[in-house]
Amino acid sequence: MESLLTWLETQLADNSIFTLQTLSHYGEGLTTTVQLVFLSLIIGLIAAVPLAIGRGSRHAWIKWPIFAYTYVFRGTPLLIQLYLIYYGVVFVDGIQETWLWVILEDPFVPALIAFTLNTAAYTTEIFRGAIKSTSKGEIEAARAYGMSPGLTMRRIIIPSAFRRALPAYGNEVIFMLHASAIASVVTIMDLTGAARFVYARYYAPFEAFLFVAAIYLCLTFAILYFFRHLEKKLLAHLQPQTG
Amino acid sequence: MLDLHGYGPRLLEGAGVTLQLALLSLLLAVVLGLITASAKMSRSWLAHRIATLYTTVIRGVPDLVLMMLLFFGGQIGVNMITDWLYYQFDIDIFININEFVAGVVTIGLIFGAYMGETFRGAFMAVDHGQIEAGKAYGMSNSLVFRRIRFPQMMRHALPGLSNNWMVLLKTTALVSVIGLSDMVRVASEASKATREPFTFMIVVALIYLLIASVSEWIFVRLQKRYDIGYGEAD
Amino acid sequence: MKKVLTLSLLGLAIAASSAQARDYEEVRIGVDVPYEPMEYRTPDGELTGFDIDLGNALCEEIGVSCEWIVQGWDGIIPGLLSRKYDAIMSSMTINDDRREQVLFSDPYITPPSAWFAPEGVEFDVVNAETLTDMTIGVQRGTLQDNYVTDMYGDVADINRYATADDMVLDMESQRLDILFLDFPVGKSTLLDSEEGNYIVVGDMLTEPKEYFGDGFGIAFRQRDEALAEQFNEALETLRDNGTYDEIYARYFETE
Repeated sequence: MESLLTWLETQLADNSIFTLQTLSHYGEGLTTTVQLVFLSLIIGLIAAVPLAIGRGSRHAWIKWPIFAYTYVFRGTPLLIQLYLIYYGVVFVDGIQETWLWVILEDPFVPALIAFTLNTAAYTTEIFRGAIKSTSKGEIEAARAYGMSPGLTMRRIIIPSAFRRALPAYGNEVIFMLHASAIASVVTIMDLTGAARFVYARYYAPFEAFLFVAAIYLCLTFAILYFFRHLEKKLLAHLQPQTG
Repeated sequence: MLDLHGYGPRLLEGAGVTLQLALLSLLLAVVLGLITASAKMSRSWLAHRIATLYTTVIRGVPDLVLMMLLFFGGQIGVNMITDWLYYQFDIDIFININEFVAGVVTIGLIFGAYMGETFRGAFMAVDHGQIEAGKAYGMSNSLVFRRIRFPQMMRHALPGLSNNWMVLLKTTALVSVIGLSDMVRVASEASKATREPFTFMIVVALIYLLIASVSEWIFVRLQKRYDIGYGEAD
Repeated sequence: MKKVLTLSLLGLAIAASSAQARDYEEVRIGVDVPYEPMEYRTPDGELTGFDIDLGNALCEEIGVSCEWIVQGWDGIIPGLLSRKYDAIMSSMTINDDRREQVLFSDPYITPPSAWFAPEGVEFDVVNAETLTDMTIGVQRGTLQDNYVTDMYGDVADINRYATADDMVLDMESQRLDILFLDFPVGKSTLLDSEEGNYIVVGDMLTEPKEYFGDGFGIAFRQRDEALAEQFNEALETLRDNGTYDEIYARYFETE
C-alpha cells in the first residue's frame, strides 16, 4: 500500500489538478454515488412489487392511491422531489428535537428518500406493464391445475413478469445512476459533487468534468453488461433455437 | 388561500422560460435525431461509427455533468479561440454562452441521441415494398418521403417521441442548477426568501403535471390521426 | 460551404471589433448576489450593497456609465473572460490563483474571515481538535472553502454551497454546526438576523496570505490595464474626498 501511494505520487507529480487529494475526492464521490444508487434501487425494487400488484387490484381504494403516487412521481422532476424532501422536512415544527433529526440531518438520507420514492414509482409501472402482458394461457393453465389466485401470482405471473421487465428495468438502473448526479445540489459529495469541487478550486472544467464523465461512462457500461448477461441467462428460453 | 408573496408573476415568467427551453430543445433533438437515424442507416462506415459514438457517449453520461461541461467548459473553450484571435489578429469578438443557450444545446444533444434510436426504429418499420410501390408509380424521392414514409414513420415514432418529450420536460429543471431563471430556480429562490418551500415547490410540481397532462392529450390525438386505417389491422 | 462560413465569421469578427472601441463609455460589471451587505437585492428587486454603491461612485468619478450584470459565482471569471461584462466587483479576494486569470485593481476593502456558530456552542477556540466531527459550511470555490478544506478536511465534514443563502438556511435548520464566512456577510446575515442567535467563535482571520490574499479587488481582463488604472485613480480620489467613508458608514457600523 505504502509503495503504491509513493508510486502514485511520482506519477502525479507533474500536474497540479489530479493530486492525491482531488483523486481521493473522486474516490469518495464514487463510493457515495454507488451507495446512494444501490440502496435506493434495492429499497425501490422491494417496494415496487406489492405496489405493482396493488396497482392492478379490483379495489378502487388500493388502485387509485397507487396510481396517483406513480403519476405524480413520474410526472415531476426528481430535482423538485429532492428539494421538497430536503428543505421540507426542516419545516416540520420541532423535528430537530426528535430522534428523526439524527437521521435527516445528514443530506444523504433526504436524498436517499427522494431517490427511492422516485425509482419505486417508475419500477411499479414497469412491473405493472409486465404483469399485464402475462399471456392468458399461462394463467388459465395454472387455474386448470387448481392453483389459487395467490399461488398463481407467486408461481406463474411474478416470475415471468420479472423476466419480461428485465430490459426496461436495466434502463431504469442507468437512469437512476445518471439522475443521482443532482445529489450534489444538496451538498452531497458524490461523483458530480467532487467534479464541481475540483472545477471551482482550479477553474479547470475540462479536466474536472471530462474525468467524471469517463467514470460515469464506465459505470454505465458495467450496468449494461450486467443486464445483458442476466437477460441472456434468464431469457434464454425465448431466444430462437439455433444449430 | 394560496399566498405566493408576490412571486406569482416571476413564477409565471419562469414557467415561460421552462416551456421555451423545452420546445427549442425538442426541435434541436428532433433534427439531431433524424440526422443520427439517417447516419446509422447509411452505407457509409464513417457516418455509422460517428453516430454510434455519439449515442453511446451521450447516453452514458448524466445530463447534469454534460450540462456543466458545456456551460463552464464551453465558455472557456470559446474564450481560448477569441483570445487567440485577439492576440494574433487584433480581432476583438465577443461570444457569450449564456445559460439558456447552454441549456438548449445540452438538452437537445442529449435527446437527439434518444430520438435517433426512436426514428431508426420507426424508419425500419415502414414496409420497403410500399416505398418501391411508390417509386413504381413514378413518385419522386421527396414525394415518397412525404406521402408514404413520413406518415407511416410518424405512427411508429409517436410513442417514443411522446416518451422522450416527457423525460425532456423534466430534464429542463436541471438548468436551474447552472443559474438559468426557469420556474424551478424562481421557486427555490422564493422558498428560501419566504421560508415556505412546500408552497412554491408544490406549485411548480403542479405546473409540470399540467404541462405533462396537456401534452399527453395532444399525443393521444396525434396518435389517433396517424393510426387512421390501422385500427383493425393490428 | 466551408469557405462561406469562414468568410462570414471573419466579417462578423471585423464588424465586432470595429464596433467596440477600446475606450469604454459603458462598463459592465459582473456581480453575484446575494452576499449581504456587500451585494444583495432589496425586496423590490433593486441591487444594493457596499460594492454596488462604491462601484457606481467609481464609475461616476471616471465618467462612464455602469451596468450591473448578475452572474453565479461558479461562472463569474469565465463570464469576464468571455466579455459578458468588463469587470467583476463581487467581494472577490485578490490571490495568486486568480491573478493568473484576471487583472486586479488595488484592494478596496480588506475584511477578515470569521467563524459563526449558534449561541451556546461548546468551544471558543477554533482548531482541529474542537472542529473534529463538526459539519462546517462554506461557499464552494471561495478562499474559505480552500482554507477549510486544506486545514480541517481530514477531521470535519465540509458542506459546500452554491450561494451564501443556501448555507444560512441550512445553518438555521441545524444541519450545520459552524460556518466560515467573510465577516461582514456573516454579520449581516447571521448576527443581525432575527432568526436564531449566533456568535463569532475564535479569532477573525486575515492570515496566512496564501489563503486570505490581499483584500477584495475589482477584477479586469489582463489586457485592460488602462481601465484598471482608471479605477485605481478614482478609488484614490474617493478615499481622499470622503465619499468612500460615507459609503462605508452606510453598510458597516463605525465607531
